[in-house]
Amino acid sequence: MENKNKISGEIHSHTGVEVARCYQCGKCTAGCVLASEMNFPPSYLMRLLQTGTEENYDRILRSNTIWLCLNCENCLGRCPMEIDIPKIMDYLREQSLNKKKVNRDANPIVSFHKSFLDSIKYTGRLYEVGLIAAFKARTFRLTQDVKLAPKMYLNGKLNLLPEMIKDKKGIREIFSKTIDNPKTKNK
Amino acid sequence: MKIGFYPGCSLKGSSREYNESVVAIAKALDIELVEIKDWNCCGATAAHSMNEELSLSLPARILALAEAQGLKEVVVPCAACYNRLMVTQHELKDNNKRERVTDIIKMPYSGDLKIINVLQMLETYAMDKIQEKVTKPFAHKVACYYGCLLIRPHKILQFDRVEDPQSMDAMVKLIGGTPINWAFKTECCGAGLSVSRTDLVAKLSGNILKDATERDAKAIIVACPMCQSNLDMRRGAINETLSNPSDIPVIFITQAIGLALGLSPKELGLERHFVNVKL
Amino acid sequence: MSKIGVFICHCGENISATVDCEKVAQDIRKVEGVEYAIDYKYMCSDPGQTLIKDAIKEHHLDGVVVGSCSPRMHEPTFRKACAEAGLNPFLCEMANLREHCSWVHEKGEATTEKAFDLVKMLVEKVKRNKPLDSIKVPITKKALVIGGGIAGIQASLDIANTGHQVILIEKDPSIGGHMSQLSETFPTLDCSQCILTPRMVEVAQHPNITLYTYAELDSLEGFIGNFTAKIRLKAKSVDHKKCTGCGACFQKCPQKRIPSEFNAGLGTRTAIYVPFPQAVPNKPVIDREHCNYYKRGKCKICEATCPTGAIEWDKEDEILTEQVGAIVVTTGFNVKGADFFPEYGYGQYKDVITGLQFERLASASGPTLGEIRRPSDGTIPKKIVFIACAGSRDEAKGIPYCSKICCMYTAKHAMLYQHKVHDGESTVFYMDIRAGGKNYEEFVRRAIEEDHVNYVRGRVARVYEKNGKLIVKGVDTLLSGEQVEIEADMVVLATAGVSNCGAEQLAQKMHISYDPYHFFAEAHPKLKPVETNTAGIFLAGACQAPKDIPETVGMASGAAVKVAGLFSNNELVREPLIAVVNRSAPPVFSTCVGCFMCQTACPYNAIEREEIKGRDGKVIKTVAKVNPGLCQGCGTCVAFCRSKSIDIQGYSNEQMFAEVMSLLNH
Repeated sequence: MENKNKISGEIHSHTGVEVARCYQCGKCTAGCVLASEMNFPPSYLMRLLQTGTEENYDRILRSNTIWLCLNCENCLGRCPMEIDIPKIMDYLREQSLNKKKVNRDANPIVSFHKSFLDSIKYTGRLYEVGLIAAFKARTFRLTQDVKLAPKMYLNGKLNLLPEMIKDKKGIREIFSKTIDNPKTKNK
Repeated sequence: MKIGFYPGCSLKGSSREYNESVVAIAKALDIELVEIKDWNCCGATAAHSMNEELSLSLPARILALAEAQGLKEVVVPCAACYNRLMVTQHELKDNNKRERVTDIIKMPYSGDLKIINVLQMLETYAMDKIQEKVTKPFAHKVACYYGCLLIRPHKILQFDRVEDPQSMDAMVKLIGGTPINWAFKTECCGAGLSVSRTDLVAKLSGNILKDATERDAKAIIVACPMCQSNLDMRRGAINETLSNPSDIPVIFITQAIGLALGLSPKELGLERHFVNVKL
Repeated sequence: MSKIGVFICHCGENISATVDCEKVAQDIRKVEGVEYAIDYKYMCSDPGQTLIKDAIKEHHLDGVVVGSCSPRMHEPTFRKACAEAGLNPFLCEMANLREHCSWVHEKGEATTEKAFDLVKMLVEKVKRNKPLDSIKVPITKKALVIGGGIAGIQASLDIANTGHQVILIEKDPSIGGHMSQLSETFPTLDCSQCILTPRMVEVAQHPNITLYTYAELDSLEGFIGNFTAKIRLKAKSVDHKKCTGCGACFQKCPQKRIPSEFNAGLGTRTAIYVPFPQAVPNKPVIDREHCNYYKRGKCKICEATCPTGAIEWDKEDEILTEQVGAIVVTTGFNVKGADFFPEYGYGQYKDVITGLQFERLASASGPTLGEIRRPSDGTIPKKIVFIACAGSRDEAKGIPYCSKICCMYTAKHAMLYQHKVHDGESTVFYMDIRAGGKNYEEFVRRAIEEDHVNYVRGRVARVYEKNGKLIVKGVDTLLSGEQVEIEADMVVLATAGVSNCGAEQLAQKMHISYDPYHFFAEAHPKLKPVETNTAGIFLAGACQAPKDIPETVGMASGAAVKVAGLFSNNELVREPLIAVVNRSAPPVFSTCVGCFMCQTACPYNAIEREEIKGRDGKVIKTVAKVNPGLCQGCGTCVAFCRSKSIDIQGYSNEQMFAEVMSLLNH
C-alpha cells in the first residue's frame, strides 16, 4: 500500500528504514548511555517520526538529541525490530544542517565536526593543532584544554606541523562534489 | 607474512604509542606491515554526521588505493577507521551508491579487499607465535574494554559477540593475564565528544573506570585510540566526577602483548600515557 | 453412440455476467454425442438438480456434464443427483466455467468461446468414462495419542469414554507434561497438580486406555483408518510388572547430582528416578547416560536394594507394532532458556531465571519446597524484576510471534511472589498486556491494584551482575522514555514459547505439515484447527501454537470428537479414481512387463507384485498390482510405465488425449 506519509516516506527512501516497524518498546532508550542528556530519547524520536507531522519533524531537527547521539549502535544492537536508528540519526543530522535548524546547545559539537573536516580538506589527514585552533575560533572557548596541550606535546602526541598527502587536489574535489556542493545543501 | 596497513590519523598523532606498539609487535611476530601509499583520513565521526556521500567517498578512496597497490588484506588498528571502512564496503555493495561514489573519487573500486582489525590479525596470524614467544607473562588482573566500534553493527562486522565479547579476553589469557568479568565492556566512552562535550565524556568514561576499578582491575586494556584517549588523557576531568578517583592505567592490547614478549616500555610508547603505567 | 446431457449454470450472475450461457448451451447441442443441452440459473439448487434427474430419465442419458463452478464445491452434489436418477455417479463430470473462466476474464466473445471449449473437452472425456464403484476400506477403531500432557490426557479420556481403544504414548517417564510443573494456574490460582493428577490417574486406570511411557513413535505408515505405527518402548531398565514403586532404589542411588528436567534445571535427581512424587506411572526408570553401571560397570546398589528384583540391566528397546485408525498429536511445546539472551547474561547469572523455573520455585514439590529463594545463595529475594516478552515479538531473535501465555503467567508469578513474600517488591517490564480470556483482564488488574505489583511499560536493555545484585536497565515509555534502573535480587524472564525438540523429525515421520517455527500446521487456521492436511491425523494443544490450558483442553476434546466421528462409520468410502494395471486373457495376461518402475515411483507404497500362475502352479509372469486401499491416484506410476500398462480409472490416457484433441480440432 502506498505510504501517504511524506516524512516517513522520505526517511524510507534515504535510509531504508520503515518507521512504522517501531512498536515503541523503549529498549533503545533503556540502553542509550546519553538518553538522560537528550531533549528526548531515541524511542521518543521514533514516535515523533511516526506521527508524520511537520511540527514534530521540526522539533526533531531542532533538538540536541541528534547531535548528542554518539552512533555507538547499542540501540540497533538490541532493537527487536532491527531498526537502524544510527542511520536515521545521520540522515537527520544532515537535514538539520542543510535546513539550518541546528540546536544552539549543539553548536560546539557541530563546530568540532566542521573544524575536523576543514582540517582534512586541505591536507588529506587530520592536523590536530589546526583542528583545535579552528574549533576555538568558532566557539570562543579559548582557554579550553590549555593545560592539556603542553603535556600532550611533551608526550609526543602533538604534531606542530601538518602531515600532507600528495593528492590534495583529489581530496578537495571529493569535498567540492559532496559536502561543499551547493546543490546538496537544500536536499 | 605481509599484510596491508592503514594507520589512520590518530595513530600518527595523538595515539602515536598505538602505532609504535603495533609496529613493534608486528616485527617481533614476523608480520610485515605494508602501509597504504598516500592514504587519507577516513572521515571518522565528523564525515558521517555531516554528509553521507563524503562519509562514503573518503573511505572509498582508501580502499581503492589499497586495491590499486595490489593489497588483498589490510589491518586497521584504529577501531573507528576499521568501522568506517567496513561500513563503507558494505554500503557500496548497493549498485547506485557504488556508481555515485566511484564517480566522485574517480578511481576504480572492486570492493574485494579484506579488512580486519588488530584483534582479528592477531587471532588469525599470531596466536601460536605469541604463545611461543612470551618471556614475561603479563600476570595482571585487567579489564578488557572493547568499546562500540569494534563490535557493532554486528551484522556488518561479524566479529566476536555483541554482549560480553571475548576475543581480547582470550588474548590476555594467552599472555598470562587474568581478564575480569565486568559490566561495561561495550558501553560507549563518549567517543568524538571529547573536545566539544568533555563533561559527557567524563561522565561516561567515569562509569567505565568506576566499574573496572571496583571489580579490582589493575589496568584497562583497549583496542581503540579514542577510548584510550578518553579514559587516559581525560582522567583529570573524569576523576572530578568520581567519589573515588581512579589511577589505573589504560593501555593498548598491543602494548600488553609487547610487554609479555619482552619488549621495552619505551619501544611500546608506554611513556606517552597520561596516567602512569606501573605494571 | 453416446447420449450426453449438458447443463450450463448461470450461477446467479457469477458465470452469466461474462459468459453467454445460452449460446454455450445452444452450440454444444450441435456436438456429436450430445443428446440434450440446457442452461439454468442455479444448477445446484433443488429445481436445478431436478432438471438433471428428469433429463436423465426422459432422454436415457448415459453421461452428464455440468458447466458450472469448481468440482471442489459441487461435484458431490451433482454426482449424488445422478446416482438418485439411476446413473452411475462417475459418469457425471463438471466443467469449471466459473473459477477457470467467468471470474478471470472480461465479458466478451472470447470468454464465451473459452467456456464452450471447456465444456466440449469434458464432453469428449465423458464419452470415454466408464461406470465405477466407490472403494470401501475397513477402519481400525483404535486411536493413537502421541504426547501425555494435558492435551493428550484429555483427548485420550474423551476418546476412551466413547468406547474406543486408545494407545497413549509419552516420551518422558511420566505423563503430565508442563502442566504438572506448574505451581498454580491462572486465573483461578488452582493448584495445578491438584486438578491434573486425578486425570492422570484416570488415564492409568481407564480400561480403554493403554499407556506407554518412556516411549516414542519410531515410524508411521498407512492412511486414514489404516495406519501402522511402530512404537519404540525405550528400555526402562526396571520391570514395571515387578516394581511396586516403593522408592528404596532412588533413595540409595549414589549419582545424586544430575540436573532435574522436571525442576527445569534448578534441582537435582538421581540416575534411577521417578521425575516427581505424583508421577504416573509411579515407578522409576534408569537414565543410562548417567548411571554408574552403564557408564563404568560399577555400583548396582539399586539392584541390591530392590525387594522384588525388578532391575533389568540387559533390557533393550522394544519395537511395538500397532494398527490404529486415527492419530492425535499432542506433543506440546518448550520454552527458551536464559542462555538465549546475550543482553541478560548468556545464562551465566544464576539468579536470572525463566518463568518455568520460577514455577518450580513457587511449587510446593519444587527444589525449595515452595519458597521463593535465589538459586545463587538461597536467600529470599526482596526485589524481583519480571521481564515480559523475553524473546517473543522479537524479529531480531527470530521469534516474531507472541507467545500468548506470558502476560498472564507473569502477572500470576508476581502475585504468587507478593503472597509469599509480603514485604517484597516486584516490577514487571511489559510492552502490552494480553489478557483476552475469560476473567483474565480482572486477574491482571488484581495483580496491579490489590497486590501492588509495579507495572512499567518498557523493555529492558540489559541486566548485569554487581556485588551479588542484578542491575536492570529498563525504561518507562509512558513517561516519555525515562530510564529506570533497578537493583534486583532476582530477574524472571518470560521466555518465548517454541516448538518442542524433535518436532520437525516427528512431523516428517508422520508426513504432516509444519510451519517455519516447527509448530504443526492445522488444515485451516479458522475452520479446521484440530485437523492436519493429512487425513486421519489430528492436532491438539501447544504443538500447534502456544496456548493456555482452557484452549488446549477444548482442542483436545475437539480432536477426540473428530476421531469418534471417524470411528462411527464401519467403513471409509474412497473415490475409485485410482491406478489399475491392465489384465487381459491368456496367454498375454497383462501388457505389464514386470519392470516395477511404478513400484519405485509410487510415493504411497501402493504397488505390489502379483504372480500369475498357470494351472500347474508354475509362475508364468510377475506383474504389478495396485493396492486400491493405498493408491491416492496421483498418476506418477502412469508417467513412469514404459509399456503403458497402468492407467488411472476416470482419468485414463485416452480421456486426457481426447480432451486435448477436442481443443486442437476446434
